[in-house]
Amino acid sequence: MSIDTSRVAKTNTTAATAKKSNPVGGVAEWADDRLGLAALAKKNLRKVFPDHWSFMLGEIALWSFVVLLLSGVFLTLWFTPSMGETTYQGSYAQLRGVSMSEAFASALRLSFDVRGGLLMRQIHHWAAMLFVAAMMVHLLRVFFTGAHRKPRELNWVVGALLLILGTLEGFTGYSLPDDLLSGTGIRAADGFIKSQPVIGTYMSFLLFGGEFPGDVIIPRLYIVHVLLIPGLLLALITAHMILLVYHKHTQWPGPGRTEQNVVGFPMLPVYAAKAGGFFFCVFGVAAMMGGLLTINPIWKYGPYDPSKVTAGSQPDWYMGWPDGALRIMPNIESHFWHRTWSWNVFLPIIVLPMLLFTIVLLLPFIESWITGDKRDHHLLQRPRDAPGRTATMVALMTLYGVFWIAGGNDIIAIRLNLSINQITYFNRAAVFIAPVIAYLITKRWCISLQRKDRETLLHGYETGIIMRSPEGGYTERHLPLPTERAYRLTARNRDPDVLAELPGGPDANGVEPPRGIAGGLAGLRHRLRKMMYADNIQKPTTEELEEGHHHAEHEHELQAPMEGHPADGHQFDGHHLVEGEKLRADD
Amino acid sequence: MRFLNRSVGRLSRHRRRPVAGLLLLLLGLVLTGSLYAALAPSSTADSAQSDEELVAQGRELFLVGCAFCHGQNGEGVLTQDGNQLGPTLVGVGAAAVDFQVGTGRMPAVQPGAQNPTKPGSYTQDEIDALAAYVASLGPGPAVPNPEDYSLAGMSEEERQEAVSRGGQIFLTNCTACHNFAGKGGAMPHGGYAPALSNTTARHIYEALLTGPGQMPSFSNGNLSPEEKRDVIAYLYSLRDQPEYGGFDLGGMGPVSEGLFAWLVGIGSLVGVATWIAAHTARSSKPKKSNSGEEFAA
Amino acid sequence: MSNGHDSHLPGLPGDDSHDAAHDGHGGALVPEEPIPNPGLPEHVWRPTDVDAKAERRAERQIATLFGLSTVCVVLFVVSYVVFGVNGGADGKSVRTIGGLGASNVALGVTLGGALLFIGVGLIQWARKLMADHEIVEMRHPARSSDEDREETVRVLALGADESGIARRPLVRNSLLGAVGVLIAPAVVLLKDLGPTNRDVTDSQPYPGAGLEHTVWDKGMRVVRDVVGTPIRPGDLEIGDLVNAEPAMIFEVDDEGEPVLEGVPLQIAKSKGAVVVVRMLPGENKPAPGRENWAVDGILCYSKICTHVGCPISLYEKKTHHLLCPCHQSTFDLADAAKVVFGPAARPLPQLPLMVDDDGYLVAQSDFKEPVGPSYWERDSQQSTSK
Repeated sequence: MSIDTSRVAKTNTTAATAKKSNPVGGVAEWADDRLGLAALAKKNLRKVFPDHWSFMLGEIALWSFVVLLLSGVFLTLWFTPSMGETTYQGSYAQLRGVSMSEAFASALRLSFDVRGGLLMRQIHHWAAMLFVAAMMVHLLRVFFTGAHRKPRELNWVVGALLLILGTLEGFTGYSLPDDLLSGTGIRAADGFIKSQPVIGTYMSFLLFGGEFPGDVIIPRLYIVHVLLIPGLLLALITAHMILLVYHKHTQWPGPGRTEQNVVGFPMLPVYAAKAGGFFFCVFGVAAMMGGLLTINPIWKYGPYDPSKVTAGSQPDWYMGWPDGALRIMPNIESHFWHRTWSWNVFLPIIVLPMLLFTIVLLLPFIESWITGDKRDHHLLQRPRDAPGRTATMVALMTLYGVFWIAGGNDIIAIRLNLSINQITYFNRAAVFIAPVIAYLITKRWCISLQRKDRETLLHGYETGIIMRSPEGGYTERHLPLPTERAYRLTARNRDPDVLAELPGGPDANGVEPPRGIAGGLAGLRHRLRKMMYADNIQKPTTEELEEGHHHAEHEHELQAPMEGHPADGHQFDGHHLVEGEKLRADD
Repeated sequence: MRFLNRSVGRLSRHRRRPVAGLLLLLLGLVLTGSLYAALAPSSTADSAQSDEELVAQGRELFLVGCAFCHGQNGEGVLTQDGNQLGPTLVGVGAAAVDFQVGTGRMPAVQPGAQNPTKPGSYTQDEIDALAAYVASLGPGPAVPNPEDYSLAGMSEEERQEAVSRGGQIFLTNCTACHNFAGKGGAMPHGGYAPALSNTTARHIYEALLTGPGQMPSFSNGNLSPEEKRDVIAYLYSLRDQPEYGGFDLGGMGPVSEGLFAWLVGIGSLVGVATWIAAHTARSSKPKKSNSGEEFAA
Repeated sequence: MSNGHDSHLPGLPGDDSHDAAHDGHGGALVPEEPIPNPGLPEHVWRPTDVDAKAERRAERQIATLFGLSTVCVVLFVVSYVVFGVNGGADGKSVRTIGGLGASNVALGVTLGGALLFIGVGLIQWARKLMADHEIVEMRHPARSSDEDREETVRVLALGADESGIARRPLVRNSLLGAVGVLIAPAVVLLKDLGPTNRDVTDSQPYPGAGLEHTVWDKGMRVVRDVVGTPIRPGDLEIGDLVNAEPAMIFEVDDEGEPVLEGVPLQIAKSKGAVVVVRMLPGENKPAPGRENWAVDGILCYSKICTHVGCPISLYEKKTHHLLCPCHQSTFDLADAAKVVFGPAARPLPQLPLMVDDDGYLVAQSDFKEPVGPSYWERDSQQSTSK
């Protein structure tokens, strides 16, 4: 692959070097004498990051995490993680004289007796919602563009672990205030734990220090929430960043961009300013939301009481989908040998999330097993150029969405005047049908877009200009794409010709397909490869492209009498300046 | 639209058209009547009106507006296939009439499991007459006195205690259906517990007393009048309190919060990301100065 | 190794051969691109690069943004001082802005504004004024060079050899075994996180301990929740619903101290909460053996859902259905609380009622089966009424 290098910017030659004369240089010299940072800084201060909006979704998660750390530290200064009983005498009148846990009382104190405490609570909660949401959007971006492929599979795994840890961190966090809603959530969690065969009851009793609710769960969740999981999150985020820097960021294919380089803005100063500015924006949005939008009004829920409950008892959104699975699960329970198998709880809330999480964790490995692609990939794919993969993720998203709807079925029922029973029956079917439909539609949609790209490459783009021939026929004028755009459309790999492969094996060289389990696996792989590749539209070959251009030239010849005439159509195609163009010859 | 409601479905097959037509006719008559009653100068209630007169007036109104579904003597009407067109009103008491008609649930536009509130069709005097008539059919809870549900005359400390106690009673007995903020909730088969945000104290009290529709009743033996008053005090204190944390997002709990996190939070931040990465305006002019030389292409 | 400061563009020579060896899936080689890479497009200047006026305008704009941020910070401090705490010391002095708590809204908006103005200003600076030339950095493969790999393998082998880990299986295996057994202390130490179900069931450290028991007992009164008053059958009308508790949780001993407090109280509530409903006696279809569990159509069921344990009291008086707000399990209280909809698998346990000498509702006994969600050891065949 040879690339024209003559027009590439010759830059990056001015690494930051400490100059002696100024005080900053002095400090730098002092530090470098002891830490030897210059070698590292030299390499990384002008590190290149490509510019694209979708590359900044993960940054939302990163900066939300920083906001969480800052606001969380503030909250710990007042919050008392204790289930000791106390009678509230603070300034929220409606609950005065009510018996409650110290945890809830201190959460009330934070909300009503500490200036800015309610704001910080709400910022913290909103930032947590944003943290998990941004991680998910980031995950989707990475998968849709193929950024999870070699050599970045391990970073995908780190990211998936961050997602599940972030979810757990969220759950332990919103459980802490010990209000009616969160207490109901903990009680349900106790039910989930008890549903596990053999170990369930033991786990529950060990976790709660005896029977539910006990008086240790809040302190235990607290230490998990403020120390254990944040520590793991910090370590994994660090690993995620180090791997990002080591691999260098992926980039979209385009003029001058190759698998061997990365084109973009340097860390210092542009990217540092943009990323730093983005941090302030994330914090600012969280603060605005905290200031204007109520979240988790614990004073209205009141303290947790095991005999009370409220309509609309839902977890936060990221726990909503397993809750939805729980709601639409049929009520199956078995009894064998005086033991209870609680399938109606165990399957949707323990098995299903673990299964789906494992699938997400393994997605890069499953994909590379199917494709057999062991090359490094630094150029991204447009979602349409991997229809099978895109459709798979859309199917997973649809599954998630159905569970989500199921999780909010009572709110949907009351807001849209529907029946919870009907929503549940609908979701029981939709959970199987909707992902398949979504897969098929997405895949066909992608392939249609691929076909359009190919058409545009071969026949040019539609100008919207209708030409009338001397015979009276009408044609729309097509013009060839500018080279840069045409290159962008063709800068992708050609898919393997799966139909030429042996049905039972991966080989076109006449090797017999293996038998037994290996043979079954090979057959499965072949079927999956066909699903992934068989119907895709390939980019044109050089010959096809030339033929297409010949055809276009022929057309141009037919239209030759028009060429050079004032109104040959170029004026209105959006690619030419029309100022000063003459529309008529006689002007 | 509770389109899958069984009783409506069954009814509609046999009855919808004639019933709807008649009801419409009746409604028209009622409206005309009440309009006349409202405008006619002689309709101002005579305070000296005797009970018998009131019952007689109520019966007239009843025969015009209610008897079609509830029967000539309030005995209830069964459809041919055994469904209840209108339940018997013997023994429901004046409080039930005052609630159902006062909140506009009755007269119903069409038969169904649950009738929504709407602007009332009767004046309070007419409701009183109807209530007096229905109360005369059989003993039942009477319309509560204002002192039963009013907080007037309580000291600040008593009021404070009533609100605290009422909150606990509310959270124990009411939030399961009506939600922690009194914003309502879903019930089986398309039913719903209505929001309590605008319900008057009198109607809350009557609803507790009589248990309209599917709602269980909280009779005075179950929840004492003082406890009912405390619940009302708590609900009114919720209305009076400011939204400490900002807009309440419908008070529906984490579902609406999740929606706002995605739409407002992620939405605006993706917008910012797009702006950060968007190309700035370009100039067609070349650069004159030499400060950009190190980047020479 | 190229670290990105070299200006030549083509990839490392080694890469191509490496790629070519691996890209032959299906045997087809990736053909030549139909269109060659045209290279980076020429840089186009921004108005702020070429027009000194535009540049100064951008400068002023950005400085204004930073200035506005400071204004917001000042307003933040002012709001902190001006608006008292949210609740107000006596609950009355709460200030509002458009019905919203003034303190929270003012602090949030000013803090948000301060942060957003800095953020937007910084980004605007980067977009308008900082050099916006895209630069090129070369990648290097993630793998180490072959020499490095060989050297690492050699050093590892040397280490294995010098330690003799391969040659001395006895030492190696006993070490692995010893480290493996170290799991035991960790597991044993966690045992005291809490007692097990059997521990508390056997020792009964508090009334109704263990999953199979509650504080209900023969003769214990059914009392209204929150207020703790006992109930006479005559108090209840048809269609009434009472959220009730066992009398013990409101009882005080001779010295006026509560009988139950702290953890035992919470556990008693979490298992003992019940709903009492009254229906027409004919409407109830009692399960076999439960014919005398009701008093005048008054029935008492556990309030704890058999699905995952939410308290459940969304009662429809006409259908006698009880709905759980957590996962919408629906039970028919007129039919032994059988599940008519939703994910719960078992009926709600019923508490047998009778009337004591004073005429109040009391329990005939504890529940006949464990309340709440299923668990492994639950012997459902024996006790369930399903």
